[in-house]
Amino acid sequence: MREVTVRDALREALQEEMRRDKSVFLLGEDIGRYWGGAFGVTKGLAQEFGDERVRDTPISENAIIGAGVGAAITGMRPVAEIMFGDLTALAVDQICNQAAKIRYMFGGQVSVPLVVRTPFGAGVNIASHHSQSLEAWFMHTSGLFVAVPSAPYDAKGLLKTAIRGSNPVFFVEHKLLYPVKGLIPDEEYTVPFGVADVKREGKDVTIIATLHMVHKALNAAEQLNKEGISTEVVDPRTLSPLDKGAIIKSVRKTGRLVVVSEDCKTAGVSAEIAAVVTEEALDYLDAPIKRVAEPDTPIPFSPSMEKFVIPDEKSIVQAVKDLVSKG
Amino acid sequence: MHIADFSIGMLGATAVVGAGIPIAAGAGLSIKLRGTDQVVACFFGEGASNQGTFHEGINLAAVWRLPVIFVCENNLYAMGTRQSRVMLVDDIANRATGYGIPGSGVDGNDVLAVYEAARQAVERARRHEGPTLLECKTYRLKGHSRFDPAAYRPKEEVDEWLKKDAIARFQTKLLDMGVLTDTEIKKMVQEVKTDVEKATKFALESSFPEPREALDDVYAPEESAVKK
Repeated sequence: MREVTVRDALREALQEEMRRDKSVFLLGEDIGRYWGGAFGVTKGLAQEFGDERVRDTPISENAIIGAGVGAAITGMRPVAEIMFGDLTALAVDQICNQAAKIRYMFGGQVSVPLVVRTPFGAGVNIASHHSQSLEAWFMHTSGLFVAVPSAPYDAKGLLKTAIRGSNPVFFVEHKLLYPVKGLIPDEEYTVPFGVADVKREGKDVTIIATLHMVHKALNAAEQLNKEGISTEVVDPRTLSPLDKGAIIKSVRKTGRLVVVSEDCKTAGVSAEIAAVVTEEALDYLDAPIKRVAEPDTPIPFSPSMEKFVIPDEKSIVQAVKDLVSKG
Repeated sequence: MHIADFSIGMLGATAVVGAGIPIAAGAGLSIKLRGTDQVVACFFGEGASNQGTFHEGINLAAVWRLPVIFVCENNLYAMGTRQSRVMLVDDIANRATGYGIPGSGVDGNDVLAVYEAARQAVERARRHEGPTLLECKTYRLKGHSRFDPAAYRPKEEVDEWLKKDAIARFQTKLLDMGVLTDTEIKKMVQEVKTDVEKATKFALESSFPEPREALDDVYAPEESAVKK
């Protein structure tokens, strides 16, 4: 095992898959030799694989994804980067109407092995157009897979699975996680889609969290442990497919559920997970489900306001305590 | 409704106007990366040339010198809206200038003129010189869809264009050139008619698919995916 950052883990996944399979190539704004991506994920890849396979594009998000779709249905495995997740809005037609539906609309004749990588998330004080968490849009779109890794191990393993798979994958990276370190094996591995990971075992309360919120949930769990409350933290790792079995298994064990997600509360990731548990595991709950999520605002620019709207350890601890006090 | 036949390289018809343009650029990129001598032909109407995808997709194909022919079938109406009401240019081919690629306009109802223009575009693509925007001026014989009586088109205009019907004109030309005889043409028309009638009969007599097939093909089979 060795310690790497999420950024390095993602780069290793791209590099290994590009070495393994000539049909894998990258396209996106400023991902090439001069910049290596706004967050440095593709740094050095153009030097190794050349400008043909690591393509700087015009600022044309719709065409970046459209070109990815066209290449994917004709034998290639493109990995497209959209510099900030907010800008995927410019390409929603290509992602949701084209990539996600081509197989279905054409009677299963073709598959669309396209990966769209993009960073979501607040916390770096760059306002609403660079800070949103919109994964629920894509989780809502049938025909897409949605990956949401929280750790280097998951980031690398899931990205390799995404590149090798046959379906379009919306691959979410959280911009605060790029420098976060973790252990990965030296040898080759992949992480399957639709398999959640229990990041911490506990018996009193289940916390389901994704992306950066996994880390806040783990910090909260540590604090709660000192106060005698045992918390289980489950990371679904992919929102689509969603590992309902693992979520329900944990809820059966603890009888209490807090869902933590950085996206807006209404019709968000936390709403779907809470709905799944209500529908399929209500009898196992000893208390109502609590959600800790963004309070349905755009992400504010001011650091103090931004901090206010993003779920933190304190609000997670409070939600867990509220549930425990309910018997 | 959304026809596609990947076995012959027909990559499908999208209902989103202009959405096929960047996809065609991507198919062109795929050809370039795979190193084959294929060429992409991408069809759309003049209405699609007002979409952002037209700008983004053609610019991308141009700057990467991709083997794509962007074929604009300009039939003067985007659904019911006449071209002059939504743009100040007459010739879509002129928009090519903005991308640094050749734009050529031809009489879209002249089969041989279209063939010649397409041939030049294909040759340019195969010389790795990049895409061409080919505008074929034409007209719809009928409305936009089976529900559209096309009442927005002046009768004189319709009559004038019907005289320029591409198939009728090509028949006359082939007769004049002595390539085909009247009998041969009649026979061909009859054969096509029979084919269409057969296909119609087959469609009408076929049963609807099993309703549960609605759940198929949402995802391609994956070993690792557990979602149903």
